[in-house]
Amino acid sequence: MVSPILPLQMRGAVVRRRGKALLGPADLDLSEKGLTIVMGPNGAGKTTLLRALHGLERLSEGQISWQLPFAETLLRQAFVFQTPVMMRRSVRDNLAYPLILRGSDKKQARQTATEWAARVGLSHAIDLPAPQLSGGEKQKLALMRALIRSPDIIFLDEPCANLDGRAIREIEAILIEAQANGTRIVMATHDIGQAKRLASDVVFLMRGQVIESGEASAFFAGPQTPQAAALLKGDIVE
Amino acid sequence: MTEIWEGLVAGFWLVVTLDADLVEITLRSLQVTLSAVVIASVIALPLGAFLAIRRFRHRRATIALLNALMGLPPVVVGLIVYLLLSRSGPFGVFGLLFTPTAMIIAQVIIITPLIASIAHQAIRDIWAEYHDLLISLSTTKRQRIATLLWDGRRALITASLAGFGRGIGEVGAIMIVGGNIDNATRVLTTAIALETGKGDFALALGLGFILIGLAIAVNFAIHAIGQTESEGKW
Repeated sequence: MVSPILPLQMRGAVVRRRGKALLGPADLDLSEKGLTIVMGPNGAGKTTLLRALHGLERLSEGQISWQLPFAETLLRQAFVFQTPVMMRRSVRDNLAYPLILRGSDKKQARQTATEWAARVGLSHAIDLPAPQLSGGEKQKLALMRALIRSPDIIFLDEPCANLDGRAIREIEAILIEAQANGTRIVMATHDIGQAKRLASDVVFLMRGQVIESGEASAFFAGPQTPQAAALLKGDIVE
Repeated sequence: MTEIWEGLVAGFWLVVTLDADLVEITLRSLQVTLSAVVIASVIALPLGAFLAIRRFRHRRATIALLNALMGLPPVVVGLIVYLLLSRSGPFGVFGLLFTPTAMIIAQVIIITPLIASIAHQAIRDIWAEYHDLLISLSTTKRQRIATLLWDGRRALITASLAGFGRGIGEVGAIMIVGGNIDNATRVLTTAIALETGKGDFALALGLGFILIGLAIAVNFAIHAIGQTESEGKW
């Protein structure tokens, strides 16, 4: 058994860019299991929070502590960006890339990639250049590429923005399956319906501050803050 | 006007009869410039990628210098290589002056900055696109450079072709370090210069047309191999 990298503790984290605080000071705990939904209006710091947790954003203050040294956690984390990054190669090679980076045999990696593409209905496009895919297919590909190393934790930055119902349902099905296989999920979204469908716990951000966080059922049943209540009621929060 | 027509005719007959001298000169042109392009690409493409992804002191100055070196005057390069390789120069013991090797060395110096600069610009764009992904996947520097070079291969072919174009038509440097010696270091450009000097415009033009044809043929061949423009948008 590999030693776990979670739970994670973030304490007093501040991300500043050009003197302006994008995030924090904010505290956050991530337990070993579950699906955390990060909610909040545009510019609230959702993306910055996810990037900071993943180590893409340097903290100006505060600290994030995993159960293992950060460098050892890196290969066990994955990130799906809001705009999926499509490498200029075939769908198969996009999927195989993270495996080959880790030193897998190329032929074996491509074989695995082919199987993973089939699982999300990308078989027909397996030899196409990835930049030619449709928006929903790109997002599915990015998600599978992030999951193919079987990470312990995956961060998703609004993976369903601009997608239609069917694509959203497919992506949510993949996420639920990944969660069942033991992957911790942290996901930013605007979509309250999606949050209600998926979340086991919720972090509500505004202006870089964690306004409210806690178990999803409690949050949706009785939000503690007026801002969260307004959001859930369907009011525009800014 | 008659000279141009005569040049075409002369060039046509030289090609049709597979004139022995012509074949030798043409092959040497190709040998020198293709060798220079391969060596320069091996240096310049990773250098361009390195400059795109690595932040270091004086990086901007380095890139500005590289861009400035694209305009390096071949004659001056020829002169410096001549001095380095001449009997009394630091590398005189190798006896390279007036050999094709000396010509390759000079051309490598001329085209490396050109290829590196174009490669840098192409790779910088891909890097901007890939940056977050490659950091997220915790790639090593070497893996990043390899990935960017591979995914940017089409743009990099163009960079190498630009180097080939500059090399194959270059006369100043190879004239000085090669010496335009018959059967040893004579190439198409130096032969054209010689024939023009002798007043044999027809032959000079014939060689000129062959040079142009050669440049076009090599470009087409490489595009065909690389399948540039034939699929997808990269």
